[in-house]
Amino acid sequence: MISYLVFAGTIAGFYALLSLGLVTAWGQGGLVNLGLVGFVGLGAYTSALLSGAGFPIWIDWIAAAVVSAAVGVALCFVVRNLRGDYLAIVTLGFAEILRLAETNEKWLTKGSDGISGIVAPLKSDLGESFPFFYLIMTWTLVGIVAFLLGCLLRSPFGRALRAVRDDEQIAAVAGKSVLRLKLQAFGIGAALSGLAGALYAHFTSYIAPDVFIVQLTIYIFLAVTVGGQTRLAGAVVGSIALVALLEASRFIAAAIPGLDAVQIASLREFAIALTLILVMQLRPEGAFRMTNERSGLSASRAASESCYGKRAIVDDAT
Amino acid sequence: MLTDLLQYLVNGLIVGALIALPALGLTLIFSVLGFVNFSVAAQLTAGGYAGWLANTTLKLSLVPVLIIAFLVAGALGVVTDRIALAPIRRKPSARTPLMVAVVSIALNMALENACRFSFGSGLNSFDMPIARDMKVGGIRIGLQQLHNLEIAIGLAVLLALFFSLTKLGKAMRAVADNVDLARLKGIEPVRLANLATFIGMGLAGVGGALLAIDTSVDPSTGSRLILLIFAGSVVGGLTSLPGAVAGALLMGVIGELGLLVLPPAYQSLTAFVAILITLLARPSGIFSGASGVRK
Repeated sequence: MISYLVFAGTIAGFYALLSLGLVTAWGQGGLVNLGLVGFVGLGAYTSALLSGAGFPIWIDWIAAAVVSAAVGVALCFVVRNLRGDYLAIVTLGFAEILRLAETNEKWLTKGSDGISGIVAPLKSDLGESFPFFYLIMTWTLVGIVAFLLGCLLRSPFGRALRAVRDDEQIAAVAGKSVLRLKLQAFGIGAALSGLAGALYAHFTSYIAPDVFIVQLTIYIFLAVTVGGQTRLAGAVVGSIALVALLEASRFIAAAIPGLDAVQIASLREFAIALTLILVMQLRPEGAFRMTNERSGLSASRAASESCYGKRAIVDDAT
Repeated sequence: MLTDLLQYLVNGLIVGALIALPALGLTLIFSVLGFVNFSVAAQLTAGGYAGWLANTTLKLSLVPVLIIAFLVAGALGVVTDRIALAPIRRKPSARTPLMVAVVSIALNMALENACRFSFGSGLNSFDMPIARDMKVGGIRIGLQQLHNLEIAIGLAVLLALFFSLTKLGKAMRAVADNVDLARLKGIEPVRLANLATFIGMGLAGVGGALLAIDTSVDPSTGSRLILLIFAGSVVGGLTSLPGAVAGALLMGVIGELGLLVLPPAYQSLTAFVAILITLLARPSGIFSGASGVRK
């Protein structure tokens, strides 16, 4: 039971890293990345392949974050002028292409068999206590990342980033480099995804293309939405809630008599999707609300309601 | 060599005709409702299952099967849209279209898993007589596939007539063009939004049934094709109905011709590259000059 909890807690740590990345890119920067899972896979494969080639693990992890960040920045640069919903399509497609490459470039990735026997740090030295060590290490990393991001988002960089999210043109008029801010935010998100992927790879010592499917992206969007899309604390709380939900649904689905393995799995996925829909409808601001920053001016400006593409979405309320 | 090339062209047109129906649905919904509805993939799968059930349990023939697929996917599309997506659309803000798009992915996942729960993850084939392939001047054409092509084109023509001749169709184009102006003229956008969703998802369902007749249906049928469907829609401009058909046919042909240089496993790559190039070079689509629903 303890080892099970330790395992779930470690997975929650990976999700927390992903959620922190998504909060930075999406919540704070307004950049939708439906290809999140692609960067997780990229990081996992980078790290696994480098460690297979004999590099020390800490170099593998840094390389995973750097490669994912570089690819993320490159993708973001290519699609820099696209509207949000187009960006959604492109990033979703990008992750799919990465998964195709993972499946088909057998010379590099061993195809759908996946890579097994990825070395874990200090596993032979620690023996029994290795899972504890990994749990503590992961959450220490989450703490460090959350602290650094907190400093970053409170700094002028964070304010400029939020300005870009709320109104690009005003941010540009105010002299902010919109493109650079976007690239940085997307890059941070991608780097954290890559790092989480690398941590996952060395924890379970096995990766395959099937691990990195679009469901994981939905999981992280759920975690971030539950916690509050713009808040770092929300990302961490949301990730823990996500794992609690995932594990609870496992037991509940298994307790229903007469279901086969496929039905149990599909019931769990269904529950996750349903939860995201419900949370978006009932409490889209999540557990931690967005904090409003007031300017020194007394009159508050009404929020801009202009939609993408300068046309309103059909408003059902009227 | 020439016959090979022609064979690829024919195969591509046949694939494209199947993709054209869901692409039309996606474009229609985007035009009228203003958001990208990813759940079109699951409705395609649902249409495939509805057709399969109608065919294997009720022993129905092609046309009733397709009508059932249309009705089931369309109705399911409207119901799930009202339940899952409409409440989120009611909170208008700059990020609403994106939020709805994200939730529609969750909806897609929910529907796909509902299918998997009900029917398992195996492949299900129709119980229909297989016609022999024709040979025209060295080019092989499946009769069933030729049929699919005719049906897809027929539906596209019907839709075009609906949009250019009927009052409802014109009202829908008005909403797609400018919601506020349409409302000013007394057009009620919500009813039309439902109708657009019904027709759009119904088309996806017919596409799914035709696809399932040609091959088989399983819970991931729609998700496997989603990139290709989007490519057809985006290349056509995402708001142009003739563009969606042309884009889908083009994607079919490009995908098949891509086989000349790419391994088959990478067929989705051509779709992704086409999406990227279109969006970067000409976001309004390469057929934006064509008439139809436009911004």
